[in-house]
Amino acid sequence: MVDLSVNLCGVTLQNPVIPASGTFGFGAEMAEIYDLNVLGSISVKGTTFEPRFGNPTPRIAECPDGLLNSVGLQNPGAKVVAEEEIPNLRKHFHQPIIGNVCGFSLDDYRACCETVATEVEIVELNISCPNVHNGGMAFGTTPDGAASVVKAVREVCPRPLIVKLSPNVGDIVSIAKACEEAGADGLTLINTMLGMRIDIRRRKPVLARKMGGFSGPAIFPVALRMVYQVSKACRIPVVGCGGVASAEDVIEMMMAGATAVQVGSENLRNPFVCKQIVENLPSVMNELKINKLSEIIGIIE
Amino acid sequence: MRNEEVASKIFRLELAGEIPQLAAGSFVEVSVGGMYLRRPISVCESVPGKVTLVYKVVGKGTTQMTKLVRNDVVNCLLQLGNGFQIPESSRKALLVGGGIGTAPLYQLAVELRKKGVFTTFIAGFANQSEIFYQKEFENICDKTYYATMDGSFGHQGLVTELLPECDYDYFYACGPTPMLKAVTAAIATDGQLSLEERMGCGFGICMGCSLMTAHGAKRICKDGPVFRKEELVW
Ligand SMILES: Cc1cc2nc3c(=O)[nH]c(=O)nc-3n(C[C@H](O)[C@H](O)[C@H](O)COP(=O)(O)OP(=O)(O)OC[C@H]3O[C@@H](n4cnc5c(N)ncnc54)[C@H](O)[C@@H]3O)c2cc1C
Ligand SMILES: Cc1cc2nc3c(=O)[nH]c(=O)nc-3n(C[C@H](O)[C@H](O)[C@H](O)COP(=O)(O)O)c2cc1C
Ligand code: FES
Repeated sequence: MVDLSVNLCGVTLQNPVIPASGTFGFGAEMAEIYDLNVLGSISVKGTTFEPRFGNPTPRIAECPDGLLNSVGLQNPGAKVVAEEEIPNLRKHFHQPIIGNVCGFSLDDYRACCETVATEVEIVELNISCPNVHNGGMAFGTTPDGAASVVKAVREVCPRPLIVKLSPNVGDIVSIAKACEEAGADGLTLINTMLGMRIDIRRRKPVLARKMGGFSGPAIFPVALRMVYQVSKACRIPVVGCGGVASAEDVIEMMMAGATAVQVGSENLRNPFVCKQIVENLPSVMNELKINKLSEIIGIIE
Repeated sequence: MRNEEVASKIFRLELAGEIPQLAAGSFVEVSVGGMYLRRPISVCESVPGKVTLVYKVVGKGTTQMTKLVRNDVVNCLLQLGNGFQIPESSRKALLVGGGIGTAPLYQLAVELRKKGVFTTFIAGFANQSEIFYQKEFENICDKTYYATMDGSFGHQGLVTELLPECDYDYFYACGPTPMLKAVTAAIATDGQLSLEERMGCGFGICMGCSLMTAHGAKRICKDGPVFRKEELVW
């Protein structure tokens, strides 16, 4: 028997496979499709203190090996998430849950975290959403901005705090280090990359918001590189995210330095992908002569 | 499997396999080789074990679909969306279709016929070469009328100009958004409309296809694609 378990910031996960925020809703629709209890954890949809409808449609544009989205954090607000969505997910899912907290000001981030944190095992602080004006990513693109929001939320967060970083920056390592020094317990890398598509027949951008976040297998090498650089420079654990679509990708991310791995876009085109990855991991581990998955974390020098 | 051109740039794709009876107005997400996202296509005809889709070639994915041949395996997500609900009180239905939007109305016409509802079908196309399933609709509906923009078949002009000739107590519509808006404005009775949006997942998890309605935010893929007239706030 191979050992798939990992320890993420003191929380034991039965395996490292986690659906990424925004690509699994709050789990209710997915629970109709398969038994979610095979998963290591679930990162639920990005939550803001106030409810949000998000951006105008079209919000989705296809790309080679990926897609752009400009959803813009549509969610029912922190109160509904804490009182309805997460309790509802608990009925189907008996593993740790990750809350994804977003905001537009320090107070907003704190209020959202205070409402959601007690309902989840881990808080993932999203300072990297490219789809809202003056929110999220505005904090995530400088070391000082990132540190300020991490400090503010750290004070009110009773759970392990993982900070989700944007790849749309010059020096990812300096931002990661600023988060670590400000009190983060872990880091998720990466959120989507800012992109754009044009419909050449209509001479208009495909997305109503013109630009959106690029995700999917196309960004895997970029995510892997950032996981590698940051995990070498920081002591706190890193969750790898970006383009993961197979058990092999999970192992590659972990070798680069990831303690756990999130799967995003692939859920949209193959709703069974997370379950399939969990099922395939043991045979891929056997083939690669890995007995204990946690032993390969960061083995690449 | 069969895949044949039934009108200008309009193909009929018949898929067989482990397929349940699919609801009229529901859709399937077809995986197309080389494309990252699946293509949402409405159920045009369904019996257990078989589904027929009618699609218009508009871009890369639908062009790719025309290359499917017998024995190719097509990966689809089935039973997506809510579909049309036929109210018991309605005895005289009007089906309004625009272009490729007439496709999902066929399975609906089949179900209305089973219920013994008097059915009038009106459809608008750009020109005669795009008309598909004319015989099929004529066989199953009590009355059928066509309008074409260039007058090459039926009435010359818009489908809404045919409304005064029709006798109905409820309507169902699918087609381009400007047509749906015109139909909603012109018809006093209640009805249901099937909408379109660019989709990420097609099953309700990504919030790519949201629509603000009179009853709050809805997902076209999961809460729709069919909405009641009073829900729409355009
Ligand atoms: C619920 C629903 C039912 C549909 N039923 C039918 C049908 O029965 N027959 C039919 O011919 N077409 C139908 N469509 C439209 C069909 O999905 C698009 O024409 C098709 O996806 C275009 O793909 P493409 O690769 O050829 O075009 P491209 O423009 O190359 O596609 C690029 C991307 O945009 C998306 N896209 C482009 N146009 C549309 C559109 N009008 N609606 C949604 N997504 C779009 C594609 O899925 C793809 O992700 C339906 C759409 C929806 C939402
Ligand atoms: C439709 C969609 C919605 C997303 N929503 C969120 C969100 O609410 N919060 C967040 O932190 N990340 C969000 N993301 C980013 C993903 O969680 C993930 O970081 C990114 O897509 C890269 O991973 P992938 O290539 O596996 O998709 C979203 C991504 C997509 C495609
Ligand atoms: S397309 Fe994903 S929610 Fe509708």
